[in-house]
Amino acid sequence: MNVIETENLSFVYGQGTPFEKTANDRLNIQIKEGEFVGIIGHTGSGKSTLVQMLNGLIKPTSGTIRLEGTDIWQSPKEIRKIRFKVGLVFQYPEYQLFEETVEKDIAYGPRNMGLSEGDIRERVISAARFSGLRSELLSKSPFDLSGGEKRRAAIAGVIAMDPDVLILDEPTAGLDPAGRDVLLAQISQYHKERKNTVLLVSHSMEDIAKTADRILVMNRGRAEMLEDTRTVFSRGEELEKMGLRVPQITKIMSGLQKRGFDVPSGILTVEQAAGVLAAYRGRSV
Amino acid sequence: MLKDVTLGQFLPGVSPIHRLDPRAKILFLIALIVFIFITSNYISLALVAAFIVALVFMTRIPVKMYLKSMKMILFIVLFTGIINLFYGRGEPLVKIGFLQITEAGINNAVFVAVRIAVLILASSMLTFTTSPTDLTDALERLLKPLTVFHIKVHEIAMMMTIALRFVPTLLEETDKIMSAQKARGADMESGNLIKRIKALIPVLIPLFVSAFRRAEELATAMECRCYQGGSGRTRMKRLHFGKADLYGLAACLLVLCGVIICNIFLPATVR
Repeated sequence: MNVIETENLSFVYGQGTPFEKTANDRLNIQIKEGEFVGIIGHTGSGKSTLVQMLNGLIKPTSGTIRLEGTDIWQSPKEIRKIRFKVGLVFQYPEYQLFEETVEKDIAYGPRNMGLSEGDIRERVISAARFSGLRSELLSKSPFDLSGGEKRRAAIAGVIAMDPDVLILDEPTAGLDPAGRDVLLAQISQYHKERKNTVLLVSHSMEDIAKTADRILVMNRGRAEMLEDTRTVFSRGEELEKMGLRVPQITKIMSGLQKRGFDVPSGILTVEQAAGVLAAYRGRSV
Repeated sequence: MLKDVTLGQFLPGVSPIHRLDPRAKILFLIALIVFIFITSNYISLALVAAFIVALVFMTRIPVKMYLKSMKMILFIVLFTGIINLFYGRGEPLVKIGFLQITEAGINNAVFVAVRIAVLILASSMLTFTTSPTDLTDALERLLKPLTVFHIKVHEIAMMMTIALRFVPTLLEETDKIMSAQKARGADMESGNLIKRIKALIPVLIPLFVSAFRRAEELATAMECRCYQGGSGRTRMKRLHFGKADLYGLAACLLVLCGVIICNIFLPATVR
């Protein structure tokens, strides 16, 4: 079943002014329940506008978004309920922290939902666990945390709302390599355990290759492709025309293939490549 | 929503008014304000108003923009106009209870309303056609004589430049933080006043934190480039008082003469 479905979804900035700019142009996207979808695209390709429309922060200029079959703008007064169902983690979310303690900050979303204190407490603890936040940090001020910890606390603040769809806009931007690997693993883990839908916007093809089942490719406000990860990354030349690229290991393997080595295409991770190459050596000896 | 603020906005362009020396523009603005307040009858008032309207058209900025900036002070114009309506002395034309409207009152009301409206028009013309950096540069130059009294003119101008520079940045930041909190279910549109003020806390705290962070980063960046205040500092863009500014000066003098002649030879309608 499709959890999110868009129909001719468009958004135009500054309509009717000289600065008019189409950010999204007639998008028709279907996202299935429980999927992990990566969203890639050049800067200014309309990714951020799209994700903000998906949780009702901005209203489409035209077209509709259906969440579990119903139009999210059917009753504009109820739009907050949509935001609880579609959790959006912004870029650099650590700048939204404001409470006295990390615990209170994570509880902000659940409290806005009107849950009981007991439920809130429970959600805070499980959200902190999912985002890898050590429990002794919960009583600290968010402003005393390190950069990576702040990021986790902010992500936990959205996870605590237990959304059906979790959207993350470049969650690993500005983290060190170790930090980003751990955070990505945690997001994958969260996806596996809760079995809900995750949309991940990223500029890192490696991150996307590691996590996503399918990839949405955005280019100049249009949805160019929405297919499984292997298929998308096997179309390297098209991606490069849009200012994107494939993961380095995929490029190496397809280069080997072109030079006549008998290796399969669509290799996405270093581990897969190592396995394939080891097997190849075994065969050729 | 926050982007609709037009007061003090710079609209780049190539009109003759844009190209005037910013120092000259500030002085002309002051002159125009003086003119509009020394006018004492309708003819001279119309003369100054017509001059300013002509300048407005010379800026080649859509009249819509000017009207937008006027809209914000429409209330003040109407309010002062109406108050003045009842403040004239002489034979009452209409009497409503203890309030009375006289001919002098009507004259006062018209003058005050037109003066304020034209004042706003002229000042928005200055900010529309002059970039904030040019404006503060010019102010710094014009206020330079004050250094004699140990007033740190350069530092004040620098602070103004920085403040103006960060207005759009902070607006954008506010928008972003508001979106982020709305995504966490913040409700900023409903409830009574106290509830709404409370709802702003999650926006204001991160905004202050980031403003301080930015200030600190900027201070470090300035120190890294050996900034040490005004003494001995040279400029990349030097202001230049040119031919166009002379024409402007001539036009202003002409209008001044016109106002004085009207004031002398025609009966005064307001004192």
